[in-house]
Amino acid sequence: MFKNTPSSYGLVAIILHWLMALTIFGLFGLGLYMVELTYYDSWYKGSLDLHKSIGITLVAVFLFRILWRALSTHPKPLGESKGMNQLAHTAHIVMYIILAVIVVAGYLISTADGRPIEVFTLFNVSALDFTFDDQADIAGKVHYYGACTLIGFVILHVLGALKHHFIDKDKTLVRMIKPLKDD
Amino acid sequence: MKKLLLSTVLSAVTMLSPTAVDAADYVIDTKGAHAFVNFKIKHLGYSWLHGRFNTFDGTFSYDAKNPDASKIMVNIDTTSLDSNHAERDKHLRGKDFLNVDKFSTATFKSTSIKFSDEDSGNVTGDFTLHGVTKTITFEIDKVGEGKDPWGGYRVGFEGETSLKLADYGIDYNLGPASTHVDIGLFIEGIRQ
Repeated sequence: MFKNTPSSYGLVAIILHWLMALTIFGLFGLGLYMVELTYYDSWYKGSLDLHKSIGITLVAVFLFRILWRALSTHPKPLGESKGMNQLAHTAHIVMYIILAVIVVAGYLISTADGRPIEVFTLFNVSALDFTFDDQADIAGKVHYYGACTLIGFVILHVLGALKHHFIDKDKTLVRMIKPLKDD
Repeated sequence: MKKLLLSTVLSAVTMLSPTAVDAADYVIDTKGAHAFVNFKIKHLGYSWLHGRFNTFDGTFSYDAKNPDASKIMVNIDTTSLDSNHAERDKHLRGKDFLNVDKFSTATFKSTSIKFSDEDSGNVTGDFTLHGVTKTITFEIDKVGEGKDPWGGYRVGFEGETSLKLADYGIDYNLGPASTHVDIGLFIEGIRQ
């Protein structure tokens, strides 16, 4: 039920997957929206604080997910083409890497001059004891283009899942929605 | 060899000849950081936000005996903006404000300088910011002049002017109290 089996994802992996999917979409939308707000919008400050707070929370969930994945059985891919399975696997790994780059870059923007990141006004995440020239600007570009790239991969990922469901008519998508009984 | 010797002697003589007739040339002492390009703008109308441009260079000529012949030019690296808050600096360098990817320098070049008395006068010149060039006039004051303790000769000036951001194509709404930015130039020149 909670753990993965050779044919099915467990509840933990499923919840982590969808929680992070929703959070990443939310952060992407919020990020694009907040930079367009003008100085006198009442949410000009709040949107940024929220984006950072959710972002740091996402990092915690992300780390737990990597750990959980490392300790879990991987359900066997259902696709018949080995090449496509390998491609899908590579795309998953690349998405993890891009997400890591995005959150590190986001952290480096906000901590570029040693200021901490306040998370939901509950606690602070300190800045590292090093900086580099134009840190906020460079990290800002990496953060933005990284996010766009990630969403590009997500679209491919979604198209792949829909192909499995509607064209291949296998359970790739279904088993990411609910744990399957071993048959 | 003879020619080389001759030209060396000649240039040495030229260098030794008195320069009192011409205004002396000064280089703004950015190397020793005895010069500042500061700015300030009202925040919401409730307080002042201060910042500066850390990287710039410039030269001027000045002679107390003929001050109206003075000239000055300053180049400011707009990417070096520093308001002591990296996230804000990033925003100010971005497209909403200075767009430094496209307009990485701001320049000022004087066209006329008129002193009203020994220590103060008006500088008129072309100021380019955000790709827009405007003729501006602002008051300057001489702070002091004389020998430094290390064998050189220095003179310092200060001047400040208020710029309307919209005049330079910067139209991000910072509120009705924050339409203008005050730019201050505080320079010490080392005579060459």
